[in-house]
Amino acid sequence: MKNRKNYSLIIGITIVSILFLLFLMGIFYTPYDPDAMNGSEKMLAPSIQHLFGTDQFGRDIFSRVLKGIGTTFLIAISTVCLGAGIGVLIGVLTGYFGGWLDEVLMRVNDAIVAFPSILLALIFISVLGAGKNNVVLALAIVFIPSFARMTRSEFLANRDMDYVKSAKLMGVSSLRIMLVHILPNAIPTILSMMAIGFNNAILAEAGMSYLGIGVQPPEASLGRMLSESQIYLSRAPWIAIFPGLAIVLLALSFSLISEGLSKKGER
Amino acid sequence: MKSVLEVKNLGVSYKGRGRVLKNITFSIKKGEILGLVGESGCGKSTLSKAILSFIPIEEGEIIHGTKRPQMVFQDPFSSLNPSKTIGWILEEPLRVSKVPKEERKRRVVEMIEKVGLGKEHLKRYPKELSGGQRQRVSIAISLIQGAEFIIADEPVSALDVTVQKQIMELMLTLQEENQLSYLFISHDLNVIYQMCDRVIVMKDGEIVEEGEVEELFANPKHDYTKVLLDSIME
Repeated sequence: MKNRKNYSLIIGITIVSILFLLFLMGIFYTPYDPDAMNGSEKMLAPSIQHLFGTDQFGRDIFSRVLKGIGTTFLIAISTVCLGAGIGVLIGVLTGYFGGWLDEVLMRVNDAIVAFPSILLALIFISVLGAGKNNVVLALAIVFIPSFARMTRSEFLANRDMDYVKSAKLMGVSSLRIMLVHILPNAIPTILSMMAIGFNNAILAEAGMSYLGIGVQPPEASLGRMLSESQIYLSRAPWIAIFPGLAIVLLALSFSLISEGLSKKGER
Repeated sequence: MKSVLEVKNLGVSYKGRGRVLKNITFSIKKGEILGLVGESGCGKSTLSKAILSFIPIEEGEIIHGTKRPQMVFQDPFSSLNPSKTIGWILEEPLRVSKVPKEERKRRVVEMIEKVGLGKEHLKRYPKELSGGQRQRVSIAISLIQGAEFIIADEPVSALDVTVQKQIMELMLTLQEENQLSYLFISHDLNVIYQMCDRVIVMKDGEIVEEGEVEELFANPKHDYTKVLLDSIME
C-alpha cells in the first residue's frame, strides 16, 4: 500500500492547533487588557513591550488579536455546527425517504440558494439586528442548503445499495439504518464540507464586521480591527497587518484541512 | 413436506413498464433447492424483490414459512457496508434481535468458521477481502439468525470459475447440514444443473416451464427452454 504523506492535512491541522492554543491562551491571559486605551502609547511600532505594536487608541494589538481569534473561532464553530447540524438532518431525511418531504424541503433549499449568500446574510442581519448571535444565526441559515444538498446526494447514492437492503432484511429499523449504517459513509464528505464552512464563516464574519454589522465595539474581532485600521494604513501598517495575517492563516488552514480530508476520502 | 414459501398467482407492475410479473405460482419445500433461470430482464430479480417485500405486489399472495427469508446478493462489492468491519456487520442481526453480548461474540466466531473463514477476518474491512471471501461473509450474514430459506440472486456470477465452485460447494454443504431451502437465481444453466433439485424457467415475466432438473434438461418441453439448453451445448 502506498503511504504518501497528506501534507495539506498535516499543515492545516498544525496551523489550526497553534491558533487554537492562542485562542485558549487568550481566554485566560493576555499581556494587556485588550480593551484598555492608553493615550501615551498610541500607534507604537512592534517592540518587545508590544509584540504587534499598539493601535490608534494605544491598545495592545497582540492582546486584541488573541481576543479577536477567539471571537472569530467561536462564531465560525457555532455557525458551522448549527448549519451542518440542521443541514445534515434535512439531507438525511430527504435523501433516505424521498417523496413529498424531499420535494418541499429541496424547493425551499433552491429558494435560499438563489440569493448570493452574503446578500442573504445581510438581509437577515437587517431584520434581526446586528450583533454576534445574529451573525451566527444568519450565517447558519445561509449554510444549511449546501450541507443538506451534499448529505442528500450521499444518501440517495447509498439507499439503494445492497448493504442497505441487507440491513433491512436483518430487521434493522429505518432510524438505525440512516444513522448507524449510511451516515458513516457520508462522514468524509460532511467533514470536508465543514472545513470549507469554517473557512467561509471566518471570511464572512470578517466581512460583516468590516461593514460594521457584525461584532459590535469595543469587542475585538479580526474583521472589525481591519476596518478600524484602514485610515492609518500608511502611518501604522501593523494595525492592519497582524489581524489580516490572522484571518489569512485561519482561512488558509481550514481550506488546507478540507483539501486534505477530500484527498483522504479518495484513497 | 412443509413449504418454506408459497407464491400464488403473483402479479407485479412497474410504473411505465406495465406488467413485469404475470400469474406466477410456485412453492419451495423445506430442504429443497429451486433454480430460477431466464435471460436478463425476464423478471427474476423483480420476483426476488417481491418475495422480500421490497416492492409492493398487485395481485396474488406470498405465504412465508415460520422465518423471514434472507438473501445472498449478486455483487459482493456492494452488499457489505464499506465503513464497518466484518465482525460488526455479522453481529448486527444479533444486535437487532437483542441477543446478549457474550452469546453474540460466540455465535459470530462460530458462524465465520462455518463459512470457511477465521477469527482474523472479523477485524477486517470489506475492501480487504476478495470477492469469494465477501460472498462467504454474505452467506454467513444470511444464516446467522437461523434462516431456513435463502434467496440467492446470481450469487456466483461475479466470481472466478474456481471460486464459483468453492462457493457452490459451501452452499451445498450448509444446505445439507441445516436442511436449508434455496431459491437459486442464475442465468448460467451449468450452475443450475449442479446446484438444484427443481427448476423453473421464466420468460417475459411468466413461468414457461417447471420440472425436476434431470428431467427438464433431458426433455425440455417449451421451445424457449430448448433454445436456452441449445445455447450451452455449443
